[in-house]
Amino acid sequence: MKTLPSVDVVIVGGGWTGLLMAKELGSRTALSVVVLERGGSRKSDDYGEDMDELDYAIRFRMMQDASRETVTLRHTTSRRALPLRQHASFFPGSGVGGAGEHWNGEFPRILPDCFALLSNTIEKYGAERLPEDHSIQDWGVRYDELEPHYTRAELLLGISGKAGNIRGKQIEGGNIFEGWRSAEYPNPPVKIPYFSALFRDAAKALGYHPYPIPAATISQVYTNPDGIARPGCTYCGFCERFGCMIGAKAQPTNTLLPVIQKRKNVSIRTGATVRRIVHDTTQSGGRARGVSYVDSSGEEVFQPAEVVFLASWTLNNTRLLLLSQIGEPYDPTSGKGALGRNLTHQVYFPAATAFFDKPLNRFMGSGASGVRIADFDGDLFDHSGLPFLRGGILLALSLGFRPIANFGVVPQSVKPKWGSEWKKAALHYYDRTGNIVFHGEHLAYKGNFMDLDPVYKDHFGDPLLRFTLDWRENERRMAEFATTKALEIARQTGAKEVTPFPGLRSYDATRSQSTHIQGGTIMGSSPDRSVVNPYLQHWQVSNLFVLGASAFPQNASANPTPTILALTYRTADAIVNRYLKNPSALA
Amino acid sequence: MRRREFLTLSAASIGGVLVYSLDREVFRLSARVNKSIRIPLRFLSQAEALIIAAAASRIFPSDEAGPGAREAGVAVYIDRQLAGPWGRDLHRYTQGPFEENVPAEFGYQGQATPQQIYRQGLKGLKGFDRLGPDEQDQKLKQIEASLFFSLLRQNTIEGMFCDPIHGGNIDMLGWQLIGFPGPRMSNFDDVDKHFGEAFRPKPASLRQMTGRKVRPSEDQE
Repeated sequence: MKTLPSVDVVIVGGGWTGLLMAKELGSRTALSVVVLERGGSRKSDDYGEDMDELDYAIRFRMMQDASRETVTLRHTTSRRALPLRQHASFFPGSGVGGAGEHWNGEFPRILPDCFALLSNTIEKYGAERLPEDHSIQDWGVRYDELEPHYTRAELLLGISGKAGNIRGKQIEGGNIFEGWRSAEYPNPPVKIPYFSALFRDAAKALGYHPYPIPAATISQVYTNPDGIARPGCTYCGFCERFGCMIGAKAQPTNTLLPVIQKRKNVSIRTGATVRRIVHDTTQSGGRARGVSYVDSSGEEVFQPAEVVFLASWTLNNTRLLLLSQIGEPYDPTSGKGALGRNLTHQVYFPAATAFFDKPLNRFMGSGASGVRIADFDGDLFDHSGLPFLRGGILLALSLGFRPIANFGVVPQSVKPKWGSEWKKAALHYYDRTGNIVFHGEHLAYKGNFMDLDPVYKDHFGDPLLRFTLDWRENERRMAEFATTKALEIARQTGAKEVTPFPGLRSYDATRSQSTHIQGGTIMGSSPDRSVVNPYLQHWQVSNLFVLGASAFPQNASANPTPTILALTYRTADAIVNRYLKNPSALA
Repeated sequence: MRRREFLTLSAASIGGVLVYSLDREVFRLSARVNKSIRIPLRFLSQAEALIIAAAASRIFPSDEAGPGAREAGVAVYIDRQLAGPWGRDLHRYTQGPFEENVPAEFGYQGQATPQQIYRQGLKGLKGFDRLGPDEQDQKLKQIEASLFFSLLRQNTIEGMFCDPIHGGNIDMLGWQLIGFPGPRMSNFDDVDKHFGEAFRPKPASLRQMTGRKVRPSEDQE
């Protein structure tokens, strides 16, 4: 193995969190920073030719190559796990920018009470209302501590939206249920296409509180505090699974990379697949010495570093710690060990599919053009008489309907799935169909976790990550409730026919249900029940930090990126202001 | 090396003449020329391509609701996909052990590639293209639950609505049927207008929009 000269900081993964940390440390300190990204290089103008639904959205050109590495799934520990042989349920990114290149750009904050979910639920409903095998816990950080960092993230990306709560003052037209904000959004809301407007008007008529989705697909030309300018969105409808060809959608390559490229102390190495964190660890603690990786020519390389950041997305963060044998793997039988526990996947489904008489012109839109209601989010409605805890948001997104993914959806009254009758109905309904989608909280359970698979290997021969994951009654009951509410709104829109979501059964790895997978290296205030402290610093290895949604103890209804960026900012501050002066435990 | 196979399409069957140009794009010349053209096949034999073309056009028929799989060149699309990385499972996790007969929520777990699934499926459709439409429908109903049929149905939809660089959706016929304009750089002035009425800009392909040739993944190897 080749050993390179030591650097101050090595960052594993070049997505939102890795590049934000590289930008912060690269701009605010003189530290030498190396980012190791296993995918290829990217730049904003790569996307001029990517508006091809087949190659990008159906064949997943921007995602990780499943032939090299995937995960395995079993619903309970009594079953054998099977590999997810192709992407379907979630879409891990690859290459510089990671999944942050092909996201939709919805940018909501997490509700304040989620950060103390365990304490708040017990206080309000009593411990007996918690599901028997839950493992939910408080985050170890309060919303009030994160608020300034949320604001920084919104300024960085130029988020377009309408505030509903500025320092406690409720503002009509915004999300009046959101946590307090110190400022209005940097840009006004994006335009609202027809289908989303129908949802907005129906929700309002029913007494709910619709608001425009906070969007990283920005509404107008904007220059951020780093001096990086981006144009306004043109609503071409190619966000989800695509890079933005004009740079209106904030992506690591158009927001962070231009700053990083000017810093001589930061370099990005692509084609560098990190396989292990090299460390000296004893029972009482330890120290990371750097990372070993395979470069694009296949050579094994050791990169020594003073500080190591894992920023390689939820799954790979967990897997690299397991493969490197850092920390105690979670054991569901004894409940001991924290590494791998609290695997969650946002409860996400099309709650109501509405069929209309009039055409909707759904090819126009953006990944975050649309309207939400938060009336059934979190604990904003009383659960005393309900058979479940928590909730989520309902939304009508106009993300740009593309034909391969959406052709063929017909009302239940049409029986054939092919042939003339089906074709006629499918042609008629193609542009007359809209989904009201639910994003709900997923509680953490003792039986939902990640470990290393004993059978299946990646292309290097290392074990794949194994999911043990299934829904519980809380999610199923919540889904039924949300479906009822979505049907009510869909009927109010004047839809001719409405198809309800059939319900959550067992976890279905073939259904696309957001890339909001969380947990595995969770944060908390106790080393027994969490992997990292509230500064995302490893409890046992103080020069190792783990960034990203792998730190979320359970899944909120909000899209994770705003919170991921806010936590990364907070960690960057703690490192610059405290850790560099005294490299030791921050909590 | 196997003998070069061609799919011969008559102008009458496709509602016009398809021209297979040197840079491997298919486009329509005229609707009224009485001749046929030969399209080089990459994976399927001519006999197989005729069966696929016939089956796809029962799934998405040409009828009073408009043109279908035959006019859009779906068989050409499927042949190219089968020959390319998708047909050979280059991006699917194909390490064993393989367990078949598992619950549907784990997705396809088999070892066979799309190429192999099609080859196997085609064996059961010998002579299909020479049957009458009703008999063809009967035959397809018998295999409706098979993996082969579900791939064929999905690939037919793809071939109807993909960008023409992939060999299907010739003339953007599929897009015209549903009012999809293709890759359109800006809807800024229209996205919050036209409420309740159809807004149907003229479709443009990726090549027309970018002004240059874009190579699809099946051609990049």
